[in-house]
Amino acid sequence: MKKILQGNIALCEGAIEGGLDAYYAYPITPQNEISAYFAEVLPKLDKIFLQVESEVAAINMVFGSALTGKRAMTTSSSPGISLMQEGISYLCACELPCVIVNVMRGGPGLGNISGSQQDYFQSTRGGGHGDYYTIVLAPFSVKEIYEFAKKSFLLAEKYRNPVLIIYDGYLGQMMEVFDTETQEGKLEIKLEKDIDKSWILDGAKNRPPRKIRSLLMAEGELEKFNLKLKEKYDIIKENEVRVEFYYVDDAEVCLVGYGMSARVCLEVVNNLREKAIKIGLIRPITLFPFPYKEIFEISKKVKKFLVVEMNLGQMLEDVRIATNGNAEIFFYGRAGGSLVSADEIINKIKEIIN
Amino acid sequence: MSKKYILKIDSEHCKGCELCIVNCPKRVLKLSENINKLGYRYVEIVDISRCTGCGRCYLMCPDYLIEIYEEELK
Amino acid sequence: MKATKFIKPKAIKELYHNYCPGCGHGIVHRLVAEVVDELNIRDKTIGIAPVGCAVFAYDYWNFDVSEAPHGRPPAVATGVKRVLPDRIVFTYQGDGDLAAIGTAEIIHAANRSENITVIFVNNTVYGMTSGQMAPTTILGQKTLTTPYGREIYKDGYPLKVCELLSVIEGTKYLARGAVTNPKNVALTKSYIKKAFVNQIENKGFSLVEILSMCPSGLHKSPVESIEWIENELVKYFPLGVIKDV
Repeated sequence: MKKILQGNIALCEGAIEGGLDAYYAYPITPQNEISAYFAEVLPKLDKIFLQVESEVAAINMVFGSALTGKRAMTTSSSPGISLMQEGISYLCACELPCVIVNVMRGGPGLGNISGSQQDYFQSTRGGGHGDYYTIVLAPFSVKEIYEFAKKSFLLAEKYRNPVLIIYDGYLGQMMEVFDTETQEGKLEIKLEKDIDKSWILDGAKNRPPRKIRSLLMAEGELEKFNLKLKEKYDIIKENEVRVEFYYVDDAEVCLVGYGMSARVCLEVVNNLREKAIKIGLIRPITLFPFPYKEIFEISKKVKKFLVVEMNLGQMLEDVRIATNGNAEIFFYGRAGGSLVSADEIINKIKEIIN
Repeated sequence: MSKKYILKIDSEHCKGCELCIVNCPKRVLKLSENINKLGYRYVEIVDISRCTGCGRCYLMCPDYLIEIYEEELK
Repeated sequence: MKATKFIKPKAIKELYHNYCPGCGHGIVHRLVAEVVDELNIRDKTIGIAPVGCAVFAYDYWNFDVSEAPHGRPPAVATGVKRVLPDRIVFTYQGDGDLAAIGTAEIIHAANRSENITVIFVNNTVYGMTSGQMAPTTILGQKTLTTPYGREIYKDGYPLKVCELLSVIEGTKYLARGAVTNPKNVALTKSYIKKAFVNQIENKGFSLVEILSMCPSGLHKSPVESIEWIENELVKYFPLGVIKDV
């Protein structure tokens, strides 16, 4: 079915299609359309919608519903996601699947309410205390927001790990036409075995009692668990990297961008290719796991990379790691909720080429 | 028909807090002069014949080490 | 003929706990377990343990238990109860967990009248971190961080949780018990039972505050701790049913 939807509403519809059971959130701009939509729709579907006292409470209610094996989600924007970091650390420590959405705005502090990509580090480095990661998806269109929201619960359950969907406020407010039936297949989740639910807490009926906890005090117990988590992250890195390439094979300069900045980059690439200027684009779709290997392979051929972000250089560091000195890395970014423009990127490319 | 009570005390795990002793109205219990494997002076029975099976020691033991059984004497 | 008169409830695991000598947590754990046994709800009960000494409760109860971040058990319990409304969900929290870091969560869970049971153990100190001032430490009481006694101008007043919650319309049952003597233990058990029965009957938010001994944190012997609670603490925190609607 063809639909015209705003990014934030596409997220809601995707999550419902994906089997959302419970949604908890606290108001914050620029993602208030999500709560308003769920408040109206979820009760009719006999699902849980709750506006709660804080982001801290929201993430812990997600924790509670996730304990029971239900599909729980919360959404917020940057300052609210900062408040959730304690809970996210516990969710990862207790290996509870859930979906968290960050419709990013400018920071630090209260910042502003414009779209931004300034939470890249927070998203991809765990974000809270301890040695852990969330799986991070960065959609760049309304359709991708819909599809990722729909598939993210399965991805979370496959690895018993929270999935973080991040996009900026601009994408959240943008309206696009898309077909809900056709699958782009960018986030197909392969299951080798059925989802394991033998750990959930739903009352010890005809089975021994279970406990879910993150306190591991016995000698060596925590390190053993840290290593178990690392093994899981290594499997995620092996299986779940998603990245798209546009004209990279013969590119003289390769742009690297995700989410909103990738949209602008794609416009630049299409524009310059018409003029026979050899520009390519790498678009990481998963930010954790990051496509290090894929970018490394490209850096053997392409010798100039231009990283474009709506921050002052965060993914830039991952591209440096990925290219490992093979290529010259340039950066163009706008911060504080400003959009990158195609003209600005083209000017930067001209500087690099000449 | 009278009743007799059996106090089962797991003295190896007693921490010697004395909450059972001070709450026993019949002074059935006292703290031993010896120590157990945890390193605590533990609770022991002075005179079980005084026990009325009231359960105050069970109610106050924070470590669930006391159980009370009742026996009917014919 | 031999009959059992007082034996350990089935909802307590066959395991020795690590609480200090004379710690009240053991008694409160047992009371919860006895109530769970008597109401025959062991196979549908889900407990939420706090951060603090009682975090280890998940090892001692013989039913499903999860921990929660510090102060957040009421939010976690909300998340469980909302998706599994026919299960019996309770939180077990200390004074630091519930009355300091978790005040927002407890007040809003109460205000939504979440149909959960809250067991609130008030021993007036942070036991696990070695005895600092708690929100319920009484005036003049010496702790690790109030070496000269709690002072109004510096530390404010001890928080009366039951009285504070009593003005919230969502609270349906509030009672304060103690585990300092057999009579109080029996009364406290009756409060806990009522707080669980309320949940079974879908009445809404019920909380039982329990004055309890932390001999290590109070720097008193177990027996002295009891005497102090009965002689001093109850003057500020009176026992009894505070609200029942």
